[in-house]
Amino acid sequence: MKKAFITRRKSLLVAASAALALSLSACGGGSGTTTPPVASASFEAGTTMAKLNQAKKITIGTKFDQPLFGQKGLDGKPVGFDVEIGKAIAAKLGIEPDKIEWVETVSANREPFIEQGRVDIVIATYTINDARKQKVAFAGPYYEAGQALLVNKDDNSITKPEDVKGKKVCSVTGSTPAKTIVEKYGAELVPAANYTACLEPLRNKQVVAVTTDNVILAGYVDKEPDAFKLASDQTFTKEPYGIGLKKDDTVFRNWINDQLEGFAKDGTYKKAWEATAGKVIKTAPELPKIDRY
Amino acid sequence: MDAIFESLPQYWDGFLRTLFLAVISGVIALAAGTLLAAMRVSPVAALRGFSTFYVEVARNTPLTIIFFFSAIVLPRLGVKFEQFEVAAIIALSSYTAAFVAEAVRSGVNSVPVGQAEAARSIGMTFTQVLGLVVLPQAVRTVIPPLINIMIALVKNSSVAGAFFVLELFGYGLQLSNSHGDAVMWILIGVAFFYLLITVPLGLLAHFVEKKVAIAR
Repeated sequence: MKKAFITRRKSLLVAASAALALSLSACGGGSGTTTPPVASASFEAGTTMAKLNQAKKITIGTKFDQPLFGQKGLDGKPVGFDVEIGKAIAAKLGIEPDKIEWVETVSANREPFIEQGRVDIVIATYTINDARKQKVAFAGPYYEAGQALLVNKDDNSITKPEDVKGKKVCSVTGSTPAKTIVEKYGAELVPAANYTACLEPLRNKQVVAVTTDNVILAGYVDKEPDAFKLASDQTFTKEPYGIGLKKDDTVFRNWINDQLEGFAKDGTYKKAWEATAGKVIKTAPELPKIDRY
Repeated sequence: MDAIFESLPQYWDGFLRTLFLAVISGVIALAAGTLLAAMRVSPVAALRGFSTFYVEVARNTPLTIIFFFSAIVLPRLGVKFEQFEVAAIIALSSYTAAFVAEAVRSGVNSVPVGQAEAARSIGMTFTQVLGLVVLPQAVRTVIPPLINIMIALVKNSSVAGAFFVLELFGYGLQLSNSHGDAVMWILIGVAFFYLLITVPLGLLAHFVEKKVAIAR
């Protein structure tokens, strides 16, 4: 008797989850991605470009949980600005978008993955800094993220960091954005364990804003556009995002830098932005000055 | 090791806030818990029912959930606090009160029935019986468990660190975020400051117990 009950419950569960999967995949499409044309390029023998062009395959590391930049959709393919840049670079190498192998690179494994050759390049909201330059090389920056403020949708009183002086702002305990908002702009910090935990006090108006990098905040706006918005498209610190690759591959790095400048000229850059992060951050960014170190 | 000495001001600030949370919540919990225990043994069925219900719900719910309720759900229902410390005190005292109530009730049960009967026979009301005869004896027998509850309260106050209050543990989180290379030392420092509160409490329990113990 008991067994029969369990079996029935199981089949119900299966049916329910199947229905859920169907309804989810139905609205999973139409994420508005641009498909760049594939170039029929040829490269000097021995270069990484030639190798990848010959293999017609590239492995790109990105984040799977950073909405608008790199987020793995329900169809198993990541979408976002980082992903679009990756597709555009692949296209210049003569590689179709569906021949790109996407590998999840979280913050902790980006350098080892590049060093071990498990990925060819990493485009994963990857801030260029000197410590990382010891281990890997960076093309770019292709985008300059920075600290911003997330506020309630109906709040128009805060547009710049100076507006939060003496007011309560939520951020992660001990993080760099938390220090900046307190020490430079005189806000009162409400400390949280992570940024998601800050959303409830903001919703309840116990804090006036949440602060960290604009790309993280834009992800929250993307999820709940009716509840939150960015106080401004302007950022007040600089986090240059680069494309990570093997440290000694200068030829490949210069080639990617050339491509990035090309994307800025031919409109690929702007189109990629508008299809992804531009849905939340309205001001389209200019390609930052490429750091050809 | 240097990280600890550099951060002494933060430790001190966190220590004072932990102490503040524990003392205020402790006083409220002792008062509310004794009241709940009195209700539990009162002749009025409705009071007994309420007290039983409250104690069972509060002590069987994880503290984190009670914190979540007071810091996040209450504001959503319109009860807003200027300071998150208020939410922490509500959570800590309502949780701890249930344990105090149970401890006091066990004390009440340890007072021989004859005491209450004798008090009633000379014409005392229920409040007098309880307040003058039973509770004074009951509380003396439950000093050790009460102090245990207070020690637990001090340690439980660390949950507030995850709910927007910068007490000792909150500072521990903050310091370990900014000194990633010295996490172990930082946590040892945090533990030391907790011990600074809890060890004296244990000694106090011993002392008070010797003073007020009644031989039965």
